[in-house]
Amino acid sequence: MVAAAVAALVMVWLAYTIIVNPNLHWDVIVGFLLDGRILGGLWITIALTALSMVIGVALGVTAAVMQLSDSPVLRGAAGLYTWFFRGTPLLVQLIFWFNIGLVFPEIGIGIPFGGPMFLQWPANELITPFTAALLGLTINEGAYMAEIVRAGIRSVDPGQREAAESLGMRHRQILRRIVLPQAMRVIIPPTGNQFISMLKTTSMVSVISGAELLTVSQRIYLDNFEVIALLVVASTWYLLLTSVATVGQRFLERRFSRGH
Amino acid sequence: MATSMVKIESVRKRFGRLEVLRGVSLDVAPGGVVCVVGPSGSGKSTLLRCVNRLETIDSGRVWVDGELIGFSEKAGKLHHLRPEELCGQRQEIGMVFQRFHLFPHMTALENVMEGPRTVKGVARQESRRQALALLDRVGLADRAGHYPSQLSGGQQQRVAIARSLAMNPKVMLFDEPTSALDPELVQEVLQVMRDLAASGMTMIVVTHEMGFAREAGDHLVFIDDGVIVEEGPPREVLSNPRHDRTRAFLGQVL
Repeated sequence: MVAAAVAALVMVWLAYTIIVNPNLHWDVIVGFLLDGRILGGLWITIALTALSMVIGVALGVTAAVMQLSDSPVLRGAAGLYTWFFRGTPLLVQLIFWFNIGLVFPEIGIGIPFGGPMFLQWPANELITPFTAALLGLTINEGAYMAEIVRAGIRSVDPGQREAAESLGMRHRQILRRIVLPQAMRVIIPPTGNQFISMLKTTSMVSVISGAELLTVSQRIYLDNFEVIALLVVASTWYLLLTSVATVGQRFLERRFSRGH
Repeated sequence: MATSMVKIESVRKRFGRLEVLRGVSLDVAPGGVVCVVGPSGSGKSTLLRCVNRLETIDSGRVWVDGELIGFSEKAGKLHHLRPEELCGQRQEIGMVFQRFHLFPHMTALENVMEGPRTVKGVARQESRRQALALLDRVGLADRAGHYPSQLSGGQQQRVAIARSLAMNPKVMLFDEPTSALDPELVQEVLQVMRDLAASGMTMIVVTHEMGFAREAGDHLVFIDDGVIVEEGPPREVLSNPRHDRTRAFLGQVL
């Protein structure tokens, strides 16, 4: 009772100091919320999040299935992947991908080990801030998703696999029809968290000028010096995105807990 | 060989250093109902799992309806079957587990439809019609839309039996089908099994239900320590066991 009163008082006081603070420039904040450049950055943020999550989940499922396979080569390859990309900072990976042209000036499709190339492009043309950001976020996300998916698959009772095998189902059918749908129940909640986290993690690509929400906000405040106002604008949008994502997460969790 | 539906010949199976089956041979005639009893850890469940190749045997042979299970024989040498060939063989062998293992994300109806739909590619309408008929046969037509978590243990096991029957198997394997059930739910499952036996299905039943073995079984096998100790007509073995180990075991369970 007392604690609640104190908490309420603190909140009211915080709100009051923020609202009446003349340094916050509410008019600027409201003015920029729907600014074309901000909305453009918002769009890039959403696109980066959606693309890197979709491809990251696909990568993660592949790596997880490899890690649970009988082949030591596949297990080793998947293990190496998660070890490396979970073991180095995302920020470093992003800068690395952006500068990949320093190591591989030409990127193309051809016969490996020095064979002829069919198609090739200069790395500096291929690697824009957006593609570098997408590469970095996707590959990093895949490594984390691999662990989540693996835990999900392992949570499924081995008896389920045996029951499916005794019906004569093939390995792939068992994975797709029996194991993965049940693993989803364990996979969805942390994946939702990864998605929400990704919405905010995209702001890291501002170091390679990724043109997403934080980058465009920075560009504007470097111009007009309204640093705090534009950070409030960016934060408002981030909050809105994460709130919508949270609602979506709830919905998905309910959908996949059918039968439980 | 043509006269047996299931023929098991000198099967051996070891897990690490423990030899679970030490040369087991068994013949099941078409329509025969063989009950396998024995203390836990005797190898009876493993024997069942060797028939549909959930376990790989170390030596010996298993045939179902004249077809060698898990291997092909060329010029006197055995070769492991490819996975898709093995899947083809498993379709012919139904299995019911102690803990049901229904697919929890599917309704009873969907569970029964899953095999025909996914494995045989039967059309939705056709498999639905067939699944409903099977659920009706096990007395659960009114539970078609229920998820396994909404069914009692006995009902789940009956759905599991219907799920296996949907593949139209030549043999049904039962691995302690009533051991995980509350006592009052055992009879409803045994009744379905009795009906199935009466309909002419070939069955191998690992069980502790001596009453079922006596009435519905036409052959009883007592396994201990990886070998068949005693076998014969159920009434004879149960009322007149010849071996000390059989007597000791029956003394404990009867």
